[in-house]
Formats: sequence, structure tokens, C-alpha cells
Amino acid sequence: MRVMAQMAMVMNLDKCIGCHTCSVTCKQTWTNRAGTEYVWFNNVETRPGQGYPRRYEDQERWRGGWTLTKRGRLTLRGGGRLKKLATIFSNPLLPSIDDYYEPWTYDYATLTNAPAQEHTPVARPRSLISGRTMKVSWSANWDDNLGGSVATWAGDPVLAKVSGEVKRSFEDAFMFYLPRICEHCLNPSCAASCPSGAIYKREEDGIVLVDQDRCRGWRMCVSGCPYKKVYFNHRTGKAEKCTFCFPRIEVGLPTVCSETCVGRLRYLGLVLYDADRVLDAASTPDEKDLYAAQRSVLLDPHDPEVIRAATRDGIPHDWIEAAQRSPIHALISTFEVALPLHPEYRTMPMVWYIPPLSPVVDVVRDTGSDAEDSDNLFAAIEALRIPIEYLAELFTAGDVSLVDGVLRKLAAMRSYMRDINLGREPNAAIPAAVGMSEEAMYDMYRLLALAKYDERYVIPKAHVEQAHALEELATECSLDYDGGPGMGGSGPFGEGSGAQAVPIAVENFAVLQARQTSDDVQSMGSGRVNLLNWDGKGAPPGLFPPRPDGQAPGEER
Amino acid sequence: MTDFWWVVVPYVCLTVFVVGHVWRYRYDKFGWTTRSSQLYEDRWLRLGSPLFHFGMIGVFFGHVLGLGIPESWTEELGISDEAYHVVAVGGGVLAGAAAVAGLVILVLRRRLVGPVFSATTRMDKVMYAVLGVVICLGIWNTIAGSILNLGGEYDYREGVSVWFRGIFRGDLHPELMAEAPFGFQAHGLAAMLLFALWPFTRLVHVFSAPLGYLTRPYIVYRSRDGRPTAQPGSRRPRRGWDQAS
Repeated sequence: MRVMAQMAMVMNLDKCIGCHTCSVTCKQTWTNRAGTEYVWFNNVETRPGQGYPRRYEDQERWRGGWTLTKRGRLTLRGGGRLKKLATIFSNPLLPSIDDYYEPWTYDYATLTNAPAQEHTPVARPRSLISGRTMKVSWSANWDDNLGGSVATWAGDPVLAKVSGEVKRSFEDAFMFYLPRICEHCLNPSCAASCPSGAIYKREEDGIVLVDQDRCRGWRMCVSGCPYKKVYFNHRTGKAEKCTFCFPRIEVGLPTVCSETCVGRLRYLGLVLYDADRVLDAASTPDEKDLYAAQRSVLLDPHDPEVIRAATRDGIPHDWIEAAQRSPIHALISTFEVALPLHPEYRTMPMVWYIPPLSPVVDVVRDTGSDAEDSDNLFAAIEALRIPIEYLAELFTAGDVSLVDGVLRKLAAMRSYMRDINLGREPNAAIPAAVGMSEEAMYDMYRLLALAKYDERYVIPKAHVEQAHALEELATECSLDYDGGPGMGGSGPFGEGSGAQAVPIAVENFAVLQARQTSDDVQSMGSGRVNLLNWDGKGAPPGLFPPRPDGQAPGEER
Repeated sequence: MTDFWWVVVPYVCLTVFVVGHVWRYRYDKFGWTTRSSQLYEDRWLRLGSPLFHFGMIGVFFGHVLGLGIPESWTEELGISDEAYHVVAVGGGVLAGAAAVAGLVILVLRRRLVGPVFSATTRMDKVMYAVLGVVICLGIWNTIAGSILNLGGEYDYREGVSVWFRGIFRGDLHPELMAEAPFGFQAHGLAAMLLFALWPFTRLVHVFSAPLGYLTRPYIVYRSRDGRPTAQPGSRRPRRGWDQAS
């Protein structure tokens, strides 16, 4: 047993309202640069729908992820090492910009520059790729809320797997949102596809990152990732991907997408897993057993044997404690309601989902029946085969019984808690029907429905003694050495020149928070006045011009 | 003058080549990339790029054979001049034709496909021009010198090759190049110019040929500690972090 820690996420799809706040804040944080216009580390897809990039789940076409050879050995679906090198000059499995969309902006200047004319001037869309005016015909969520889906949903590769007669009634019965980020897989096929070895999995927390200095732009990672969550920056010629907001995670803050989620549907926490068993689990012959295989790789952080092994393998004590309190462990292993996205890709993804019960509830309510009654809901789960099959194709490689079980638990929780909220006698038979105790049901309700901030996000800080190179924590002191940039110095060719060091994050959360919550007025330090960071306490030197009487500015008489 | 062209220029260019690469690697790892334009256009690339690259690999090994291996070695192996000639000319013409065809496709694509053209830097244009000249002169030498025998028979293995190997061994023979036909002289000088430009162009990606991929384990694990930053916790703003317009 070799115990490793992994930061993981669970999303409760019942709560997603498809507002795209996560996508927008993520984009503002990470990909608002030239070359990454089309890059969405986080995107929200309407299901059924084609997803982003178009039809990325069609692995017959894109050949992402892993597959088994005839002898049962795990191999990259897109071809092994030799094939990768042979096709390196023109990657045949790379989506083109049309499979994503051609990014654009508008020539807003014409709105103010246009000469007097009969018609109101319009801002025409201009391509950010070619610079020409263009007709906008597709984007990252063109089929949002099933818009235009009659024309496009036939292209949904998941829907194609669901039996045919289902499709007609589908539109009325069923729609939900699927927010997606990088899965930070235990067995990442992007890393395995990278010829340069630039993509790595961090030993401490399992976050998968691209080393920008080592990436040579061979583009094999884009093809290798079955979720198409590695993107090619067409300006810099390097691959970029979701970073799990590692500068925030390292100081115990949730990722930007989680922090800004309006529906509070994201959970963050640690899981412990046995790194020695990952390859075996990913090689499980039957696709439908992959969910169970991945579960078996995850370790119980309360097991004394596991704790001993984790300590031996250098996992700090507070991290083990965090793994014990982890909402991810609770949702995956204790309550067994979270499921992985497309386990059949064999990458062992670590962003899991609680499938939505709401489509079932909606149907029951529309028929005029009591949508909080467990018997009605159980019956509806039995009856609504189409949506259930669709969910099964997404989360369990087609095993309907697993999705069935999860939805029954959610329905039971709904029904059981109604009695409590209305002051009636709770019915112990309801949790028992899904194999849960009353206490466990209440705990699950607390985690899913109340979803307190401290319980949703259990993020142990990274250890300074292991990582003297911590981005967030180290910024303050690293800038403050004598004559360094923190002392107001600048390079020989004016401000900004020379080896000027700047923190990776514009706002240093830990520092800013400490200053805002302290009682005394602190000096802003010398150097440039930055009003963006000024908290209103005291007056930094240079804010006001010097006074004629020689008194220091900002000081009262 | 002979010494200048065939001793000084080669040493200067090769020094720039070596030092330039060391400098570029140390100061611009982030800029060290293939700068692929496949995202913009891939139908022409699918044809042109493998043609060009595999052609160039053939050309490279052809030069190793012709310039690197002394005539006496092949004679000792019992390979007759005629046999060598057939292999060299046959292989050379095949590889050269593939490289030229690929280069023509790639350059046309670069000029005619809007997004690819706007992603082309001035350095790219200079590099393409020099590379094109070097390749065309090389093809000319193969066809005119070795097949048509224009301007008399010339055995480069007793001329150019001896001079070229001498540069690396310190055994200088500038007079051999002074006697060589003009086509070989021009090809040699243009190639030297290309070597001097090399470290400052996208050609650096040649040295990133990922042969290590064949032997390394699939999944790479790295510790947070191992991050190569100049100062802990901070780094310079990266190229490419300019705002989208």
C-alpha cells in the first residue's frame, strides 16, 4: 500500500441552475488572455447536448483516454508511444478551432466613431483568430437550455447510446446542467500522452499541472484527454489546463468556481488512495465494474491501518484529519451518492457528481401527485427509464442499477425530511428502504441541503516545511529583501524592468485579510501607491503631495 | 579571403549556434516551442508537415552519410563508388523532393490562410527564406552536380566533406572549398547563415525531439518543492499574459 492524498471535488447537480457564474469567474481569473479566448477551464453544459468542444464524448472519433488491449493490458486509446511519435508532425486527433468555436469580439469603436448617418451604427463581430468580420454561428454553450436542440441534439454521443424510442419524449421530460472542470485523474491520460513529460501530477495533493517551461507544444495531451479539458494556447504555443486554483488551495481557500458558485453545489476535500492499485483498477475488464474498482482504490481514513501507512508515506497529521472530515469521502464512500463522470475512459477521474433527482420530481409534480412522497418518487424512478439510462451512460458506464440506487436515496431523504420539517413523526421505514439509518440520513441532509461553508470545503493548508516555494504565503517576505522590489526598487531601465518579481495572484488573500481585520494602522510600505489594494487605513506616502509646512502627508496636527 | 569565408565565417556561425542555444534555453524556456498552427488549419498541414519533416529527417541522415563518413571507410567496407552514388543520389532526390514539396505546401498555407499568416513573425519569414535557399541549392547540387554533371565531375566526398569534418577536428582545408563549384560554395555559406539564425527561430524545436518519451513511465509525479523558480513564491510575469483585445 502506498498512500497518496488527492484534492477532489463533488458537484451536486440537483442544485445547478445553469447560471455560468463558475465559468465566468474562472475565465476572468485564468483565461482572459490573448491566445486563450476559446479556453474554458470550467464550462457548464446543458444535457442532453453536444458539450464543449462539440461531441467530445465521441471516443470513436477522438480516441481519448485508455482502453484495454486484447490481452487485457491498459493502453492509450489514441495509440502508444511509437504511434504518438510517428504522428507528431500533424496530430490527426486534434480538434480544430471549428470543433470549439471561433472566438470573437465586437468593434465597439464604430458606435462612437461612426460619422453622422441615417442608420444607427452597429458593432459587428470580429474574429479574434483572423481579425476579419465574421458570422457568429457556434460557441461554448450554443445549445444552452436546449436552445436549438432540435437541430443539434442528435449529435449528443451519450444520447445516441440511449435506446431509440426514448428520444421523442425526451425534450419534455428531461434537462439538466453539467458543470465540468479538469478531472485531475488518478491515471491521467493527458500526462501519459505528453511526449515532453511536461504534464505532471503533484505528489502532495494530486493536482495535474502543465509545466509551461517544459511544454513544447506537441498537442498530444489535447488528444489524450477524453474530457477535452487540456487546451492549446494558440498565441504561446503551449498547452494549458485547469489548475484546481492551486494558489488558493495551498492556503486553504476553495477554488474560484466553488467559491463563486451561486447554488453552493460544489464540495472540496481530500481523499486518500492507494497509488499501487490504480493501474490494476483502471485495467478492470468490464466497464461496468470500473465504478466499484475506483471506489476500492480510495482508502478509509478512519482505518488505523491506513492511518499508519499514511503517516509512513509522509502525509502530515492534519491532512489525515482533513481526510477524515472530508465531504468528498462522505459523499463517495459513506453515503455512496457521488458518481464519477465517464468511468469507462479508465482515467480514474476525481471530480464526481451527485446525479439530479429534479427531473423525476418535476414529472411527479406535473402529474398532480405528491412529489415528496417516497412511494411516488420510487415508482417514478422505476418508470422514467430514459433519463435514468442517460445518467447511467454519463456516470456508471451504463449500469442503471447504480444510478437507481443513488436517486432512491435522494428521494428517500426528501420524503423523510419533509416529515421532520412539518413536525410530524419521522418515518424510520423510509431510510431503511434505501439501506440507511435515520442518523445517516440526517447527516446526508445536513451536508447536501444545508451545505454549510465549513462542511462543504475542508481544505488543509499546504505545509510550509514541505513547500518553501508556496506561491501565496511566500510572496510577502520574498519581496521584502533589502533592495528588492518590495522595498520600492525597480530595475535599471525604469519601473518594471529587470528581474522584477510579482506574486502569482494579483490579490494576496492571506495578506489582505490579515490587514483588513487588524486593528492598527499599518504602513503600506514604500514604492508605488496602489489604490486597488488600499484598505482606507492610514495614508500611504505618496498618496498626497507634500505639504508646505513640511509635515508628513496624512498626519493630523 | 579564402580563410575568411571558409574558416572565420563557419566558426563564427557555429559559435553563435552553440552559444545561442544555451542562451535561449536559459532565458526563454517558455518561448521554446513548435508554435504549432494546427488549431487554425489542418487539412493542408496534414499533407505538408509530414512530407516536409520526414523529408528533412532523410536529408539530415543523407548529410551524415555524405559529410560525416570519410570515403575511405565506405571503400574499406567494399562499397563501390557506383553503389554509393546510386544510394546517395536516389535517397537524396527522394528526401529532397519530399522536403521541397512539403515546404512549398507549408509556405503557401502560411501565406494564404489568414489566421496562420497573422501568426507568422518576422523571424519566421527570414527563417523560411534562408531555409528555402539552402534546400534549393542543395537540390540543385544533387541534380546538376551529381546527375547531369554540369560543369564537370565533382566529388564532394574529397572536397566539401573533408573541409567540413576538418572544422570540427581543427584540421583546416579552406582551399578545398575555394576550388569547389559555386553551387556547393553557396549551399555551404547559406547553411552557415541558417545555423547562425537557428537559435533565434522556431527551429529550436528540433532539439526537443521527444525521444525520452519512449523510455519514461507514462505518469509523471512531481513534488511541489521541485519547482524551478528563481525566488521562492514569486516569478516574473509570463509571456502570453497580455490581455485579450
